[in-house]
Amino acid sequence: MIALEAVCKSFSGQPVIQGLDLRVDRGESVALVGPSGCGKSTVLRLILGLLRPESGIIRFDRRALTRADLLSVRRRTGYVIQDGGLFPHLTARANATLMARELRWQPEKIAHRLAELAELTRFPVDGLDRYPTELSGGQRQRVALMRALMLDPDVLLLDEPLGALDPLIRFDLQRDLRAIIRRLGKTVVLVTHDLSEAAYLGDRLVLLRDGAIEQQGRLVDLQAAPASPFVSRFVAAQRTHLVDEPSRAQGAAR
Amino acid sequence: MRFPAQNSRRRAALPAEAPSRHREVRGPQRTRSLFLTVVLAIGVGTACLHAEVPVAVGSKSFTEGVIVGELTTLVLRAAEVPTEHRRELGGTRILFGALEAGEIDVYGEYTGTLAEEILADENVDSLSEIRDALGRRGIAMTAPLGFNNTYAIGVRAEVAEELGLRTISDLRAHPSLRLGLTNEFMDRGDGWPGLRQRYRLTQENVRGLDHDLAYKAIGSDKLDAMDVYTTDAEIAAYDLVVLEDDLAYFPRYEAVLLYRQDLVTRHPAALAALDQLPGRFDEARMQGLNGAVKLEGRREEEVAADALAEVLGLTVTTDAPSLTDRLGQRTLEHLFLVGVSLFAAIVVAIPLGIFAAARPRWGQVVLGAVGIVQTIPALALLVFMIPLLGIYAPPALAALFLYSLLPIVRNTHAGLVGIPAPLTESAEALGLSSGAQLRRVGLPLALPSILAGIKTAAVINVGFATLGALVGAGGYGQPILTGIRLDATPLILEGAVPAALMALATQGLFELAERRLVPRGLRGR
Repeated sequence: MIALEAVCKSFSGQPVIQGLDLRVDRGESVALVGPSGCGKSTVLRLILGLLRPESGIIRFDRRALTRADLLSVRRRTGYVIQDGGLFPHLTARANATLMARELRWQPEKIAHRLAELAELTRFPVDGLDRYPTELSGGQRQRVALMRALMLDPDVLLLDEPLGALDPLIRFDLQRDLRAIIRRLGKTVVLVTHDLSEAAYLGDRLVLLRDGAIEQQGRLVDLQAAPASPFVSRFVAAQRTHLVDEPSRAQGAAR
Repeated sequence: MRFPAQNSRRRAALPAEAPSRHREVRGPQRTRSLFLTVVLAIGVGTACLHAEVPVAVGSKSFTEGVIVGELTTLVLRAAEVPTEHRRELGGTRILFGALEAGEIDVYGEYTGTLAEEILADENVDSLSEIRDALGRRGIAMTAPLGFNNTYAIGVRAEVAEELGLRTISDLRAHPSLRLGLTNEFMDRGDGWPGLRQRYRLTQENVRGLDHDLAYKAIGSDKLDAMDVYTTDAEIAAYDLVVLEDDLAYFPRYEAVLLYRQDLVTRHPAALAALDQLPGRFDEARMQGLNGAVKLEGRREEEVAADALAEVLGLTVTTDAPSLTDRLGQRTLEHLFLVGVSLFAAIVVAIPLGIFAAARPRWGQVVLGAVGIVQTIPALALLVFMIPLLGIYAPPALAALFLYSLLPIVRNTHAGLVGIPAPLTESAEALGLSSGAQLRRVGLPLALPSILAGIKTAAVINVGFATLGALVGAGGYGQPILTGIRLDATPLILEGAVPAALMALATQGLFELAERRLVPRGLRGR
């Protein structure tokens, strides 16, 4: 569905993506993980054409991405970022339906689709007329998800969608998001720095380091056969203290 | 209404006259019909008005000029020639330029000014030479009205009597006399330096000071002699004797009326009416008229009407507009200046601001350019517009328009540039076209900033529009201008208070608009 072939990108002379090759198959859910600055988010921006690679090819549905395709590719792609990126001047409803209205869908069709999505994302209907500032962080992310899914895209790009949420809400949303991904069977690329979240939501993990793939596979593969000392360290660092050292963690919590 | 359009000889129908039934039509069609209606209304209006264009009398911005303007206006009206008086348009250059351009038809001028200033390059001297030179420009001149408003030396009556002073030559024998001269007279080649040389005067005790102060000083015995204009009302009031210019040093400044030669074809009765004035107003009478306005505080119209009744036996009624009428008229004029210029500025400045935000490099050029316009002093900007656009509303509108650009351009730019990156990126990522990104996200998010810019421009405009009176555009500046000339605080307040109130109302109106237009989600951020 999506393929990056030998893609390079740098910001003001500083290379961020260095000869990256990445394939995401239709219906597959891939989680990009890695330390800050490893180029995870840049990959999503490249796929959306928000950034242009210096070299290499980006394919969407086997077609090399060109300027002319940008709008249609973006409309076939749902994009959710950390703070939701909701437009503060629009209500939840207007945010979610913006693109559909722009494309002049019939109002009945829009209303129907919105109701469907509110149910799917478990967003309370009475919150639809609230502005983003009047919603909780978790609700905002649900609206962002509705907006991303409005046109029923083939691809979902999620850039740390749960990164700014507190643990309880995050837990709920992780569960809901997994159900949605499973149910809709979309092609998903998820960026997260949380290894457990990556394993929970992604079929495959791609560990990036300095703009290139260090290792990919399932979490158990990374744990069982780390390709480099970096992978071992990354995996080890993410193991929760709760699991590793229960006594000390409980002591600290007191 | 007193708003002349540039090309239509002073008058154009206002768009507001467009029939209102077109309001019901919707969408682009409505805009088109409205546009057609306006064009039609202006066209028909102009055609109708052209047959009935009244005579426009202009006057300079000082009391005697306004009185002569009123005399001219009233004498024409008495002959049933439709006439309007465009008061206090400015100085010689503006008035003569307006006469040549056909923006006015008649105004009062002085032969000395014609010879020394307007026709300086043509070396004209006698009345007939002046008349010929003017004729080549399509302008005619009446015979002198009778008063010669030139420089003279005035001496306190007691001193004159005591020393037996009658002519300027008599001053030679009294070198210890204390002279107070206006600064301008001290500096001008044809002022004190030349006078002193011609008469071989030896006074050492000569001070330069303001004209009005000189009168006060001579009134309290601090001076013995000063330069005066021969029609100054204060000559009689302060009991001065005007010394005879026995060596004919001072040029003659005979008052005449200048008028366009085409006036006779448009208003055949006008010339005969104007011909009643020459020769009927000597210095003493003019001093009296000036005094009635300047010292007694009477209105120019009344003074002129009384003079015409006395001199020509004409009964003319002056319709003094009530305060509410005056305020209403000026409010309309002021709103017209502010509204039209602001609307044009919004239409131009918002796209400029959008452009500046979209193309940062060119944007700096745009922002710099509108910034430079703002550094031009308001008064200078207005004056620059006169050669390009003449007088009345157009130069004022243009200056106001230019002044309004900066706040709107800058705030549009700042509003767009200040949108957080995640939001612009989200709009782009949704698959909105760049036009839709602007329409759906960029402009709505920049709206508070844009509105603030428009508000700033509007409030500045209300104040600045008072300067429009300097070029005859009317508005609240008119009474302020007259009030300054006559040193009459009530008149100044009659303009300043409504202007301040309008500024406050504008501010309030925009705050209301902000509350209505800015969605809840953007408020209090």
